[in-house]
Amino acid sequence: MSEVTATASNDRGFFGEGNYPGIFGWIFSTDHKRIGLLYFWSVTIFFCVGVLLGLLLRLELFAPGETIMSAQSYNATFTLHGVIMIFLFIIPGIPAAFGNMIMPIQIGARDVSFPKLNLFSWYLYITGAVLAVTSLFTGGGPPDTGWTFYVPFSAQTSTNVSLAAIAVFILGFSSILTGLNFVTTIHRLRTKGMTWMRIPLFTWSLYATAWIQILATPVIGITVALLFAERVLGTGLFDPSQGGDPIMFQHLFWIYSHPAVYIMVLPGMGVISDIIPVFSRKPAFGYKAIVVSSIAIAFAGSLVWAHHMYTSGMSDMAVMIFSFLTFIVAIPSAIKVFNWLATMYQGSILLDPPLLYALSFILLFTIGGLTGLVLGAAAADVHVHDTYFVVGHFHFVMFGGTGMAFFAAMHYWLPKIYGRMYDKTVATVAWGVIMIGFLILYISMKVVGMQGMPRRYYDYVPEFTGLNQLATVGSWILAVGLILMFVNIFRGIFKGDPVEANPWGGACLEWQIPSPPPTENFGEEDPVVTHGPYDFKKAGIL
Amino acid sequence: MSDHVHKDYTGAKFGMWLFLFTEVLLFGGLFLLYAVYLARYPQEFISAGKELNVWFGGGNTMVLLTSSLFVAISITALRRGAKRLCLGLLSGTIACAVIFMINKYFEWSAKIHHGIYPGSAHLKEMQPGEMVFFNLYYLTTGLHGLHVIIGALLLVWAMFLIKSDRVNADDFVILENAGLYWHLVDLIWIFVFPLYYLILH
Repeated sequence: MSEVTATASNDRGFFGEGNYPGIFGWIFSTDHKRIGLLYFWSVTIFFCVGVLLGLLLRLELFAPGETIMSAQSYNATFTLHGVIMIFLFIIPGIPAAFGNMIMPIQIGARDVSFPKLNLFSWYLYITGAVLAVTSLFTGGGPPDTGWTFYVPFSAQTSTNVSLAAIAVFILGFSSILTGLNFVTTIHRLRTKGMTWMRIPLFTWSLYATAWIQILATPVIGITVALLFAERVLGTGLFDPSQGGDPIMFQHLFWIYSHPAVYIMVLPGMGVISDIIPVFSRKPAFGYKAIVVSSIAIAFAGSLVWAHHMYTSGMSDMAVMIFSFLTFIVAIPSAIKVFNWLATMYQGSILLDPPLLYALSFILLFTIGGLTGLVLGAAAADVHVHDTYFVVGHFHFVMFGGTGMAFFAAMHYWLPKIYGRMYDKTVATVAWGVIMIGFLILYISMKVVGMQGMPRRYYDYVPEFTGLNQLATVGSWILAVGLILMFVNIFRGIFKGDPVEANPWGGACLEWQIPSPPPTENFGEEDPVVTHGPYDFKKAGIL
Repeated sequence: MSDHVHKDYTGAKFGMWLFLFTEVLLFGGLFLLYAVYLARYPQEFISAGKELNVWFGGGNTMVLLTSSLFVAISITALRRGAKRLCLGLLSGTIACAVIFMINKYFEWSAKIHHGIYPGSAHLKEMQPGEMVFFNLYYLTTGLHGLHVIIGALLLVWAMFLIKSDRVNADDFVILENAGLYWHLVDLIWIFVFPLYYLILH
C-alpha cells in the first residue's frame, strides 16, 4: 500500500470533493472524517469557553471576599464551567472527534456502520449545546446547582434547571448513538485480516468506551427526566415530603456519572497506547494486557458509583464494599501505566510533541490516580470530602489525563488529517509552559484543600490567600501556554509544510494512506492486514 | 455516497439490538426506584396498588400481545411476498396501539377524576408510600405510553415504505427493526403489568 503515498500540496484528499457547495458540504456530509472535524471544532470552541470561565473563577478567588463577581454569579459560573467542560468537551472530545476521524481508517473501513446516524448525533450534540447555553439567558437565570444537579436544591431553585436537564438528556442521546455506531462498526466493518488481536489499541479503547456509553448513559437520561418531571409536574420521587428519597437521585446520577469518568478517560488512554510504541520504535509491551485492562476498567468502573456518596448517608457495610471495589479499578489502570513504561524501556525514544503530551498524561494521571486512592479510602475521604483537594484531584485526572491526551491526539493526528505540519519547537515550548502552569495551579488547589478550604465557595478565610493567589497565577501561565499551543497548531494545519503519508513512522493503517486521507479512505481495493498494529519490522519502518 | 452501496443486514439489526439495550436501561431506572420503594413501603404499596383496575391492565396486556403477534406475522408475510396481507396486519397493529392508548386514556381519566395525579391535593393527603406509588405509576405508564406512540409511528413509516416498494421481500430490515422496537414496547409492558396491577393484589 505504500506506493499510494502522495503529498498534500497536489491532492486535497477528502477536503476536495464535497457533495454540496460550501458549508453544506460539511454540515450535510456523512463522511466520518468531516463529521469528526465538525466535532473537533465544536469541542475545541467549547473548551476555550470553558477555559475562559475557569479563569474567571480563579480571578474571583484571587482575594478573599467579593473580587469580581457576586456569590450567585460565582455559582452560575462554576456550574456552567462544569457543564461545558464535562458534557460538551471531555465526554465527546476524543471519541466523537478523533474516534470519528481515525477509528474507521484504523480498522480498514470506508466509513462507520450508520453514517447518517453519525451526522444526526452531531446535530443532537449541537442542539444540546445550544439549549445548555440558552438556559443561561432564559427562565429564572443561569442554573446554580453545579454540574451534578443534586436534589433537593435542583428541584427547588428558581433558576433554569429544567432546560439544562433537557440539554443533558439530548447530549446523552447523542453520546448513546455514537457509542452504538462505534460498537457496530468495530464488529462489522473490520477489513480482511483485521482480527480482534490486530486492532490498534486506540480503537480497542473506543470499543470499551462505546459499551459504557450504551449501557450507562440511559440511566442519566431517566435521572434528568425524573428531575424535570419533579420540577414541572411535581412528581416528587426524590421529595421526602412526598415519600421520596433524595439519596436515590444521587445513586441514579452516579450509576451513570461514575462510568462516565471512564467514558472520559479510556479513549485518552487509547491515544497514549497508540502514541508510545510509535515514538519508542518498539511494539506495545503487553498488548493483550492493555486490551483486557480496557474492558476490565469498563466493567469494574460500573460497580463503584457510590464512592461519591460516603458522606451522604449509606450503611457502613455499603461504604466498605464500594471502597474495596474502588481500589480494584486501580489495578487495570496501573497495568496500563506499567505497560507504557515497559514499552518505552530500551526503545529509541523520539521526543516529538505527541510523545511529550503523552508523557504528561502518564505523570499527571498517575498523580491524579494516586490522590484518587486517598478519596477512595472511606476513612480519608471523610476529611477531604468537598474540599479543594477533590477539585485538584479531578482536574489532575480529567485535564491532566483526558485533556493532555486530547492535545497529544491533536499533535499526532491533525497533521495526518490536514496534511500539514505545525512548528515542533513552538509546540515543545508551549508544552513546557502548559506543564508549569498546570502544576502550579492544581498542586496549590490540592494543598489548600488539605488545609481545609471547601469547594464551591466564592469566599475564603484570609489564611488561604497565599495559595489561592499562587493558583490564580498558575492559571494565567496555563492560559498563555494554551494560547501558544492552539495558535501554533492552527497555523500549522492551515499554513505549515505539507507532510507525507507517514510523518511519525506509525504501523497502523491510517499511516498507509495519503495525508489528508482521500474520500472513502482506501482506493479501489479494500486493504488486507497481514501484521499487528505495532509490528514496525513487518510494516517496513524499522 | 458512492457506488459501493452494500447493505449490512446483520449490522443494522445489531445496531437496533444495542439501541433496545439502552431503552431497557432507561426503564431500568424506574424499575430500580420501584424495587427500592417497594422494600421501604410494602404495606402502602399494597393499599395503593388495590386502587388500580386489573381489568384495564389485563385488557391492555391482551391488546399489546395481539399487536406483537400481528407484527411478527407481517414480517413473514412480507418475506413471502404477500404485501397486502403484510399491510393489513400492520394496520391491525396500529389499531391495537390506538385501542391501548384509548384504554389508557380512560384509566388515567378515572384516576384523575378521583383526584389522584402528581401534585394533587388529594394525593398529598395520602401516606408517603402511596404518593410514591402513584407518582411512579404515572411516570412509568406515561413513559411507556410515549414509547407506544413512537413505536406506532415507526410502523406507520414502515407501512409507507412498503407501499412504495422501498421496503420489500428482499429488503425488509427497516420493517424488522421497527418490529423489534414494537416487541420492546410489549416486553416492557410485560413487566409493568404484573408489578403494578397483579402482585400487589
